[in-house]
Amino acid sequence: MSVQTTEYTVSEIRSPASFITSRVFIYGALVFWALICLFPIYWTITTSFKSAVDVTQGHLIPFVDFQPDWKGWRSLGLSPDSIFQTSTVRDEFFKRFMNSVITSVGASSLAIIIGSLAAYGLTRYRYKFAWFKNEDISFFFLSQLILPPVVLALPFLVLYREVGLLDTRIGLILLYTLMVLPIVIWIMRDQFNSIPVELEEAALVDGLSIWGAFFRIVMPIALPGMVAAFILAMVLCWNEYFFAALLTSTDAKTIPVMVASQTGSQGINWWSMAALATAAIAPLAVIGIALERYLIMGMTAGAVK
Amino acid sequence: MAAATLGLLATILVQILYKSEVDTIGFETWRPVVYAYVLWGVALGIGQVLTRGEDGQRALFLLPALLFTIAMVIFPTLFGFYIALTDWNLSSFSGRRFNGLDNFWQMLSDPYYRNALFNMVLYVLAVLVEYVIAFGLALLLNAQIRARKFFRVVFLMPLMLSPVAVSWMIGKSLMEYRFGPAATLARHLGWDNPAFFSDPIIARISIMILDAWTFIPFMMIMLLAGLQAMSREVLEAARVDGATTWQTFWQVTFPLMLPVSVTAVILRIIFKLKLADIIITVTSGGPGGATDSVSSFIYREYRDRSNVGYGTMLAMAYLVIIVVFVTWLLKLANRFVRNVN
Repeated sequence: MSVQTTEYTVSEIRSPASFITSRVFIYGALVFWALICLFPIYWTITTSFKSAVDVTQGHLIPFVDFQPDWKGWRSLGLSPDSIFQTSTVRDEFFKRFMNSVITSVGASSLAIIIGSLAAYGLTRYRYKFAWFKNEDISFFFLSQLILPPVVLALPFLVLYREVGLLDTRIGLILLYTLMVLPIVIWIMRDQFNSIPVELEEAALVDGLSIWGAFFRIVMPIALPGMVAAFILAMVLCWNEYFFAALLTSTDAKTIPVMVASQTGSQGINWWSMAALATAAIAPLAVIGIALERYLIMGMTAGAVK
Repeated sequence: MAAATLGLLATILVQILYKSEVDTIGFETWRPVVYAYVLWGVALGIGQVLTRGEDGQRALFLLPALLFTIAMVIFPTLFGFYIALTDWNLSSFSGRRFNGLDNFWQMLSDPYYRNALFNMVLYVLAVLVEYVIAFGLALLLNAQIRARKFFRVVFLMPLMLSPVAVSWMIGKSLMEYRFGPAATLARHLGWDNPAFFSDPIIARISIMILDAWTFIPFMMIMLLAGLQAMSREVLEAARVDGATTWQTFWQVTFPLMLPVSVTAVILRIIFKLKLADIIITVTSGGPGGATDSVSSFIYREYRDRSNVGYGTMLAMAYLVIIVVFVTWLLKLANRFVRNVN
């Protein structure tokens, strides 16, 4: 169910004047909302190049209002003149960055693997565990979506302390997997439902086992859906703050926690905060622009029947 | 058969480990129990395949996810219900102390918790406003426009960005009282004292705006998909019959969009009920706890006093409320959609 660009042919033009006003209104509204979406991003990126005076006087346009400077990036150790020098801030930043990458990729992969297997099983076979049937099992998985993080956070804090998983990446990965699993199952169920069963029946007749049919026949067809689910899961994990803030302290801290911990301290260094925020959002902004199609596919799966 | 006994052995192993922990001659942490559980799961899978053949292979699709979720949800939740009944301060040495329903009575008379619950009602109601805006945007994107792809990417952008970064970008700097562009704009528009986060009501609205900024695209995309899946013949028929744009919208588009709308709104409400990170980073509940959501309140409660017991009691009460509320909502939505169509 991806969003196609459909051109409407029914552009019934009543009178030129009303047509023009409606055009003006539509484009006006579009541009207005685009500004709302983009301005905060623009503001953050430019602020990372400002000095204190420029920030406090609210200067907006580089080169006209203020002279851009690498100040914010230098404090992160990422500006051209400081990139080859040693910088503890940069080291910390990369450590957090890698934590974020490892946890979100790890959790998304794990969720995709066990999630697609479960979704496939649920769409193809009838199960019966005690008095639980397929619908109940599906509902059980999807109902995890309702569970707010707070409910699990404190028990997990205690349990992880006992198990020795507190402040580890593995601990975070397990929790994030749990967090995105319902969404993955939801998307993948929709995907597998759209694949005709006859394909696998033919494969089974040809002598493939159930798992062989799944890996050789179904997987390749469902791959776009898997990519969509993976990316959506990535985005959610990358942006997750609540669990990370509670369950990590030094080793496994992720980027959002690092960003948040900067704001509280003595007087804000606007430029370095802005640089940090820019660095935190940049990877996802790139993913969003490049893989927008998959994101939309993931979000609309199962919504439109 | 052999594998089935292996599975059984692994479970017994778990039992033994459990016992030895009690007798303090076991391992230092409980981690071996986790390994044993994983091992047991694997053994169970192999056992299924060996004893039940084809059926076992089928069960193998479902088992990993099922075992994982049970271990990660059911057990911690039950454990949570237990610690909700204790007075357990993680930073003190006294450790866990069972105190029955004390936390519960304390919760009932906690004005901050009640306030947080009330805020959640407000925040959830804000979803309706978000829905109207999202619907409008979806209609705009579905109109005959140029550069549709560009606008779609731009409109989707806020959803991609981490709420923590967003709360810094917008909450802390754009809405900064002295020089933030949003405050400057508000001054130009005639609001003399644009303090977004010091008046309780305005602060709540600011939080809603921040959250809406991130999540409107989510509903917008779902509604857009709904609009594009709509058959064009119906719309053309309405036009041929001489309906105005306004009439077409209310009598054709809107009713047809109801199922999608309901799904979008319910999903959005579910996400809204988890709202925490923006509040924690922007206002940390202030002024005076006015903007707290339940999640952020429990978070602060734990951070300030590290009392796991009381915090868990609050969370569990919240869970019960949410489950009842969402079940009711789903029922209501079902009936609503059926009545209209």
